[in-house]
Amino acid sequence: MNGADAIVKCLEEEGVKYVFGYPGVAICPFYNSILSSDIKSVLVRTEQSAAHAASGLARVSGEVGVCAVTSGPGATNLITGIATAFADSIPLVCITGQVNSNLLGSDVFQEADITGAVESFVKYSYLIKNVKDIPRVFKEAFHIASTGRKGPVLIDIPIDIQNAELKNFKYPEEISMRTYKPTVQGNFLQIKKMLTELEKAKRPLICAGGGVNLSHANKELREFIEKNNIPVVSTMMGIGCLPTKHPLYFGMVGNNGKHYANRAMRDADLIILVGARVADRAVNQPDLITENKIMIHIDVDPAEIGKNCGPTIPIVGDAKSVFSDMNKEEITTKTEEWLETLNHYKETMLIKRNPDANYTDPKEFIIKLSNKMKDDAVYVADVGQNQIWSCAYHEVKNGMFLTSGGMGTMGYSIPAAMGAKLADRNRQVVAVCGDGSFQMSMMEFATMRQENVPCKVVVLKNGYLGMVREYQQFTYKENYSVVELNDYPNLELLSKAYGINYIKVNNNSEIDASLDKFLENEDSYIMEVSVNPFDIVRG
Amino acid sequence: MKKIYSVLVENRSGVLSKVSGLFARRCFNIDSLAVGETFDNQVSNMTIVSSGDERTLEQIEKQLNKKLDVIKVKTFNEEQAISRELMLLKVKYNKTNRKDLMEICTICGASIVDMSKSHMIIQICDTPEKIKVFVSMMSGISVVEVARTGTLALPKCNDLEN
Repeated sequence: MNGADAIVKCLEEEGVKYVFGYPGVAICPFYNSILSSDIKSVLVRTEQSAAHAASGLARVSGEVGVCAVTSGPGATNLITGIATAFADSIPLVCITGQVNSNLLGSDVFQEADITGAVESFVKYSYLIKNVKDIPRVFKEAFHIASTGRKGPVLIDIPIDIQNAELKNFKYPEEISMRTYKPTVQGNFLQIKKMLTELEKAKRPLICAGGGVNLSHANKELREFIEKNNIPVVSTMMGIGCLPTKHPLYFGMVGNNGKHYANRAMRDADLIILVGARVADRAVNQPDLITENKIMIHIDVDPAEIGKNCGPTIPIVGDAKSVFSDMNKEEITTKTEEWLETLNHYKETMLIKRNPDANYTDPKEFIIKLSNKMKDDAVYVADVGQNQIWSCAYHEVKNGMFLTSGGMGTMGYSIPAAMGAKLADRNRQVVAVCGDGSFQMSMMEFATMRQENVPCKVVVLKNGYLGMVREYQQFTYKENYSVVELNDYPNLELLSKAYGINYIKVNNNSEIDASLDKFLENEDSYIMEVSVNPFDIVRG
Repeated sequence: MKKIYSVLVENRSGVLSKVSGLFARRCFNIDSLAVGETFDNQVSNMTIVSSGDERTLEQIEKQLNKKLDVIKVKTFNEEQAISRELMLLKVKYNKTNRKDLMEICTICGASIVDMSKSHMIIQICDTPEKIKVFVSMMSGISVVEVARTGTLALPKCNDLEN
């Protein structure tokens, strides 16, 4: 057995089913070994997509996503995908081939210091210099990626280490890392203290972040709030923590969120922030949300607590574990009046829109799309106006909402949808992107065809980089700079080139029938939706 | 506000760059940094002196703890620690200032560790403040070269919990 065989064996031990990647000489020993395994390799069309696809798979399956690329440009192309996963705490193991270990540091062909380059956006990285380290490193990598605050781990393996002989392969059962022991269970006294404050509060509110979805705490959260009648708002990454139409759910906060959600944050006298970073787009003045209120911050990453705002009660722990502990305690809360106020806000503080009858109204389109989607469907939003509209109008039933919230990486949706579909082929997966983000990942239609992964892709086409155009409209007084996309490519011809179905929605009257056709079977589809180029997300 | 971080880290290649990279990326100050092996050759000790507001100083500790190569972080203030710095100075001397130089060295507890007919190397090991005083005393002397460690610090014995 050589190093490459050992890597494949490690992946088998971890139960990996798919590896997304792109070969090159430096990773060829690995790609040679994987042929004799049941693990399926998916050849993406650019390395960044490998990380996004692995991310989509990880989020739907709850497992670690794996990608494998070659050294140099292969590895550097992967970086944006790794950074995207890091910002959203998605568990990935990224394997990169590397030049011969005795050539390291001599700037030979396709050498890049990838462990150095990714240092600030991986949870950890390894450069394997001894073939014997492979089993331990992989065991640790999967453990690190999938525990505590999840995130990407990179393993760089020189080609000679992949080719080196390894006798006595043994996959470790235990992990012994003296430097890594994440706290999962919340401190009981702190939880008690929080519940005491909660009983006293008149206007309590839970703000759920991506951590709730990542720790699969949805059931526990729901039990807690239903039992105690506590309203919930979410960050962008927290969307899907509860069904959108849940009577205790009051939308997404932030500068692109619902006015009534932000008002709830302002009016609350106690906020339980759970699995959220308090980043600028969600809370643009973190100091204000701690003013005149009790702030409780639950997060598995101690460094997040107190980073952007100082909590009254910090609780370090995993959301699922903390909520199940909370559910064991009986408390009495009085929130009827507060809920009445919030419902009044919800009915009155609406975003005003002026839809143009000559185009399709994205609001109406997205509402109809989500109504027609299956109960447990996965909706993948890209980045741009399409993302903000998706956050505002997509109704999550019992499915998932995936997007690149932290990094805002354009082109995320198509490869992520592909990964999501591979995680569960029975699930309906719909990607929604704009014509800008679409063109950053449209090469992946070839991967979909080759691997027979049917995906439904909606393109909200307005011929502009809409989000930036809108920003320029208000900030630079309609002085538009480098935001026009023109009409290319012709999506109908493009869909023919890839041999997939195509349908166009010109205006609101065509939405229903087109959506029925779009969703009726399992085939891949590109749906072009004409949107007014000058439509805006703010209201 | 100043704070001293005594950080035990895995003695592996790249760890220093990861720790210093963390300070750079998060805009934390490094006033001084000193690294050396401990009794256990698998463990190094980094003594980092940093300054900032309370939230920043707390974040530094948390972010250091988040690094997987960091074994343990201890933090203390200057008053809670014994700190030392070592400085070597190569100076040019002549007949007229040789005596003065030797006197300053005696007063400041510095020693002359190497000498030629025109140059000498002075070694001083003391607290950062005392070193500052010594440096100011050297202002009239022609200093050719200086080498200086960062601050090394250990919490005082009575502040030790274990």
